[in-house]
Amino acid sequence: MPDAHPHQIHAEIPAPGAEILLRALKDQGVDVIFGYPGGSVLPIYDALFNQNAIRHILVRHEQAALHAAEGYARSTGRVGVALVTSGPGATNAVTGLTDALMDSIPVVCLTGQVPTHLIGNDAFQEADTTGITRPATKHNYLVKRPGDLARVVHEAFYVARSGRPGPVVIDLPKDILIGKTLYTPPPETPHRSYRPQTQPDAGQIARAVAILKSAKRPMVYTGGGVINAGPAAAEALTRFVRKSGFPCTSTLMGLGAFPASDPQFLGMLGMHGTYEANLAMHGCDVLLNVGARFDDRVTGRLNAFSPGSRKIHIDIDPSSINKNVPVDVPIVADAARALAALLAAWEADPTPVDRPAIAAWWRQIDGWKGIDCLRYIQPRDPGSIIKPQYAIQRLYEITRTVKQEIFITTEVGQHQMWAAQYFKFEEPNHLMTSGGLGTMGYGLPAAMGVQIAHPDALVIDIAGEASILMNIQEMGTLAQYRLPVKIFILNNEYMGMVRQWQELLHGGRYSETYSAALPDFVKLADSFHAVGMRAKSVDDLDRVIHEMLACDRAVIADIAVDPKENCFPMIPSGAAHNEMILGSEQVGSVAGVTDEGKVLV
Amino acid sequence: MPDSQLNSCRTATIAVLVDNEPGILARVVGLFSGRGYNIDSLTVAAVEDGGNRSRINIVTSGTEMVIEQIKAQLDRLVPVHRVADLSKNGPYLAREMALIKVVCPHEGAGGNNRAEALRLADAFRARVVDATTESFVFEMTGSTDKLDAFVELMRPLGLAEVSRTGVVAIARGTRVI
Ligand SMILES: Cc1ncc(C[n+]2csc(CCOP(=O)(O)OP(=O)(O)O)c2C)c(N)n1
Ligand SMILES: [Mg+2]
Repeated sequence: MPDAHPHQIHAEIPAPGAEILLRALKDQGVDVIFGYPGGSVLPIYDALFNQNAIRHILVRHEQAALHAAEGYARSTGRVGVALVTSGPGATNAVTGLTDALMDSIPVVCLTGQVPTHLIGNDAFQEADTTGITRPATKHNYLVKRPGDLARVVHEAFYVARSGRPGPVVIDLPKDILIGKTLYTPPPETPHRSYRPQTQPDAGQIARAVAILKSAKRPMVYTGGGVINAGPAAAEALTRFVRKSGFPCTSTLMGLGAFPASDPQFLGMLGMHGTYEANLAMHGCDVLLNVGARFDDRVTGRLNAFSPGSRKIHIDIDPSSINKNVPVDVPIVADAARALAALLAAWEADPTPVDRPAIAAWWRQIDGWKGIDCLRYIQPRDPGSIIKPQYAIQRLYEITRTVKQEIFITTEVGQHQMWAAQYFKFEEPNHLMTSGGLGTMGYGLPAAMGVQIAHPDALVIDIAGEASILMNIQEMGTLAQYRLPVKIFILNNEYMGMVRQWQELLHGGRYSETYSAALPDFVKLADSFHAVGMRAKSVDDLDRVIHEMLACDRAVIADIAVDPKENCFPMIPSGAAHNEMILGSEQVGSVAGVTDEGKVLV
Repeated sequence: MPDSQLNSCRTATIAVLVDNEPGILARVVGLFSGRGYNIDSLTVAAVEDGGNRSRINIVTSGTEMVIEQIKAQLDRLVPVHRVADLSKNGPYLAREMALIKVVCPHEGAGGNNRAEALRLADAFRARVVDATTESFVFEMTGSTDKLDAFVELMRPLGLAEVSRTGVVAIARGTRVI
């Protein structure tokens, strides 16, 4: 066909690099790109202008493009794509790349670059993007020959989504985008060097089953790997936990893989995990870790972590195994395949589980549950200040009445932990939060990405008043694309999580953590063409939530909450799981907070 | 793994076969510096596939857990084809080469170390590759320990400069990585 429509270009006819790029993206199934233009990527914007297959969402800051791509990826299981210009565009993207690296989110980021003949000359808007992003990505590429372009794009998508997923940068010098070259379709042969193991070793599965069947105090600990392995992994996990009758906990990243409403779910574990989850981790005799990485937020003091257990660890990334905690049965595999194999071997093995011992274990766990570690008191007198926990609980309860699919994103801080504790996630891919990097400013752009992928869903960013200001410019993006994202700010007028540490570890000296000179969020919403609302006391809360949910536009709901509230339970840094603080009444006697603990974050 | 094995340090010689692409060395070195691993020695050269594959030999040290971690981290780099722990998988050869400059004037110019330097070089099978009335350059191949020993012996005789390649290593017998 003589028609030169870019995405119909002929493999045999040379076309400009930018068109080859779009063709490759399309062949990789890309339908949306989050980006921001600039001089070095003008050829790509020109090619985008001439086609309809790929939608471009114009963000207001490159960091947001990356978080939006992450939100898109996490809520769909597909690779998210961002496009930024050279120099400052690329450096602005670094936080988002690192965030995706820490949380294993598949993202491809296209960065513009000065033309190849100027590289190394300190040219205008030149940055050593591959150098800067090397430790911030799973892998990166600088395309130096037009003929490599399509191959590199296909490989980048393969690397981003395979094995332990992660961000990949493709640095694109401007001459490569202009020069004509031939298209090459995605390869059919396996990658020459990167071929992660996905199938579990049958012998290891058998060893795992033997240990699990012999357990008297078993515990299942799951993480983001279950979510990354797709819905089949979450289903297999749920079946295994129900079949075995074992208790199950999850990291922040894994919430939703096992339904939170199930009686076998003990809630999140770790620094702000539940009493029952952490004590069960401490006291178990067999620990099955599926797709989690023994992160320091989860283990507390390493030499006191789950001291009496034999440990089985399923992970797609061999470098996550035996990194922090030595394990007895390592299983390198995709979580869905490993869980399917585990279930099959479990069913094939006639050995019964030790029912009386497990029943006794459950009685002990139920005793811990009886402490009701997430209890709080919401005063009901008219005009009472809203407890942040109550705000989340009401948001959760009221959203149960909504027919739409619900996705939650969060910023970083106390509100994030309260969201994890009080909002119950029943399905995978419905919570997007910055776990590994803890990036304030993540939630709003991530929510944007989720809303683009799910136009009819209800997408709520549970935010803090400090975090939300870190990417508040994205209100403009919400307006431009009429994205009805709901921003639910727990406004405690403090960088609450930092304040909490200052209270517990630094004598209550609240150095620089008061959120002074806050904007009027209602007016701010208004000026960005959104709807602002405010709840000042407990009397307003339900009404504001209902109004927010009923509104078909973007909303900022500014919820004034108790500034003094702290997030409990808490395992102070450097303390063990059984040295948990349950509430403020106990804070004075914190056994775990040592000088050694203070150096930790 | 028993605790004693986890906590005691050992030296490991690791061979890594990689795609010979720009940035691969930066990737490997960045991995070591970023994660705080030691590099005692590192060598790299194209070895296969018409120059498209390079072999990196790394000598490092750490606890067993750290060394296993280093290997796993190397193995998950995209351009890495193979990672082999030569020091763990049976007997292997490890060699480096050094060029050693010793400045020792002959007797007429007041020196009296030349004969001694040559005698030691002979004993260590070091070759004289350059000689002037004032100096020698010895070329020597051997294990790191042997090179260290020779360099120490040359110190009092006028050792002026040392240039070493770092370790290259290969398994004995028919085994390949
Ligand atoms: C980009 C970034 N800078 C600094 C921090 C450190 N930090 C963690 S939580 C927090 C305070 C967050 O305040 P807010 O958004 O109001 O949430 P709150 O804890 O009050 O709920 C800060 C400053 C961070 N996580 N990210
Ligand atoms: Mg706050």
